[in-house]
Amino acid sequence: MNIFVCVKQVPDTETKVIPNGDGSFIETNSIKWIMNPYDEFAVEQALLVKASNAGSTVTVLRVGAVHDTEALRTALAMGADDAILVEADDNIDSYMTAKALKGAIEKSGNSADLIFSGKQSIDSDCLQVPQLLAQMLNLPSVSVVVGYEGDSSNIVLKREIEGGALEVYNCSSPALIACNKGINTPRYASLPGIMKAKKKPLAQHSLADVGVSADDRRIVYSDFHLPPEKPAGKKFDAMDEAAQAGIVKEVVGLLRTEAKVL
Amino acid sequence: MEFNYTTEQQEIKEQTFKFARNEMLPFASEFDQSGEMPLTILKKAWELGFVNTCIPVEYGGVGFTSQDTVNITEGLAYGCMGMNTVLMANDLALLPIVIGGTHEQKEKFLRPFTEDYKIASFCLTEPGNGSDAAGIKTNFKEDGDDWVINGDKMWITNAGFADLFVVYGTIDSSLKHKGISCLIVDGKTAGIEIGKAEKKMGHRCSDTRGMRFNNVRVPKENMIGAPGDGWKIAMKTLDHSRPMVAASALGGALCAYDHSVKYATERNQFGKPISSFQAIQFMIANMAMKIEASRLLINKAAWMLDNDIPNTKIASYAKAFAADSCMEITTDAVQIFGGYGYSIEYPVEKLMRDAKLIQIYEGTSQIQRMVIAKEIFSRH
Repeated sequence: MNIFVCVKQVPDTETKVIPNGDGSFIETNSIKWIMNPYDEFAVEQALLVKASNAGSTVTVLRVGAVHDTEALRTALAMGADDAILVEADDNIDSYMTAKALKGAIEKSGNSADLIFSGKQSIDSDCLQVPQLLAQMLNLPSVSVVVGYEGDSSNIVLKREIEGGALEVYNCSSPALIACNKGINTPRYASLPGIMKAKKKPLAQHSLADVGVSADDRRIVYSDFHLPPEKPAGKKFDAMDEAAQAGIVKEVVGLLRTEAKVL
Repeated sequence: MEFNYTTEQQEIKEQTFKFARNEMLPFASEFDQSGEMPLTILKKAWELGFVNTCIPVEYGGVGFTSQDTVNITEGLAYGCMGMNTVLMANDLALLPIVIGGTHEQKEKFLRPFTEDYKIASFCLTEPGNGSDAAGIKTNFKEDGDDWVINGDKMWITNAGFADLFVVYGTIDSSLKHKGISCLIVDGKTAGIEIGKAEKKMGHRCSDTRGMRFNNVRVPKENMIGAPGDGWKIAMKTLDHSRPMVAASALGGALCAYDHSVKYATERNQFGKPISSFQAIQFMIANMAMKIEASRLLINKAAWMLDNDIPNTKIASYAKAFAADSCMEITTDAVQIFGGYGYSIEYPVEKLMRDAKLIQIYEGTSQIQRMVIAKEIFSRH
């Protein structure tokens, strides 16, 4: 089986995000990059499927800037066989990303039996790439998957829906599966795994190599700025019983005129 | 000059810290209080390749450099200095085999440690001989095809769990350090009497015992090097192990520092976070300087090893400086936490207890200064 995993490299969750000088994107120079946490579940699921299907290969794909290849190296150290990087700006949109992933899969010469991804990235939070990619490849797709069982001819997927209930899907390969927390426990990259990762193949393409041009952009970011700072809260001392009636009146008034919630 | 880690070194370090934060740190207090060996955690660390970092690739090891080794040790000690002691003791015991062993010895004794999680013990110290290691009295007597070991050992890490002992003794105590020799002893050999577990101030989850070798027979091929080579091998082992032990002090110090910075920004007194007071700021700034200085010394000592440059003096700088710094930093951490710091409900008093041992084992801070002074004056 040819298993592909789409991973994104995102700023570490503890990063203090600041807009860059011209407001075209965030400042990326001082960022520590990590693999998108939902994608770790995707890599783990791919490796689990590989383990129960002898002869399978896991290829990990990423579209993004080359300033650091953390996400791909982590996936290789966890046990993926090879990696493909499509070099692109950090601020490309979901459509371009999906099209680049499709192009990279086609360029690999292998048809995808299974594609895994995270259900969303924790930076832009668009929740679009898995569905777009599946549509472009004309594959069935299921997202927010928390359970995976069965073999490739009959995969039983559990999907989380509102209220904590589960939907159960049956599908067969080829398909795209977007993973959520709970589907598995991602393994640590072992130290021997890290040492071996550097010897694994990493192909590098440009957007043009995989058939993506500037015309494919659907979303243009017009500005990046921090949300306005929250004003300090107001405190009212209501311990003095004699003053309570007046304070209630004042608070209700402020809720009406200042907070405008009444 | 190059101060940056390579991508691979960075990744190894991050992975170790990730393991330490998720799998060790949350359980450190529990095992400190129970005094039990956290065997499940230790085995997990072994599975991921954090243990026996000294074993060469030819014998199933990963092939780490000394710089990797100190980075790994720093990370593990960040999780728990006590657990790290258990893991590091394996390297300490196996290093004499790596340094002085024959191909056959390495194949026979190192490889099994790469195939399953096994525990090794380094037996040098005796009830009457600690710093004065050249005066050890454990006796190795030739008898046919065997060496027969008789003597007492003290403060032996992992003794109650060891699959393998690496034992120092003398073939003739009148030869002083020229009589010292080193034998590999299978843990199941008859005549090994293991004492009770010592109750300790810190590193409480590590197993420490006295033991007695009572006519323990070991085949002659188990001697590392020739009779009388033991001292030379021990000194070379220390060149490797002292940067590691220094790195364990660094990991503990870093943990205390992280706790302190976090607490200082969260704790309010006089209407302000205590991090806004110079008294606290100076303690934190001192911690940060000592941590950075320790790391530079440790990395240099390890880098020298990797480049075959004699490192005895720098290794002692690193060991003494990092251990003393760790003691100071963890003591200040308790001070910053105030009354909470003195309570076992908070993490820093354990770090202070653990720090003390690093000034003592693997050559006390005073012995390190003697080594340094000897290196200085032998050139004048």
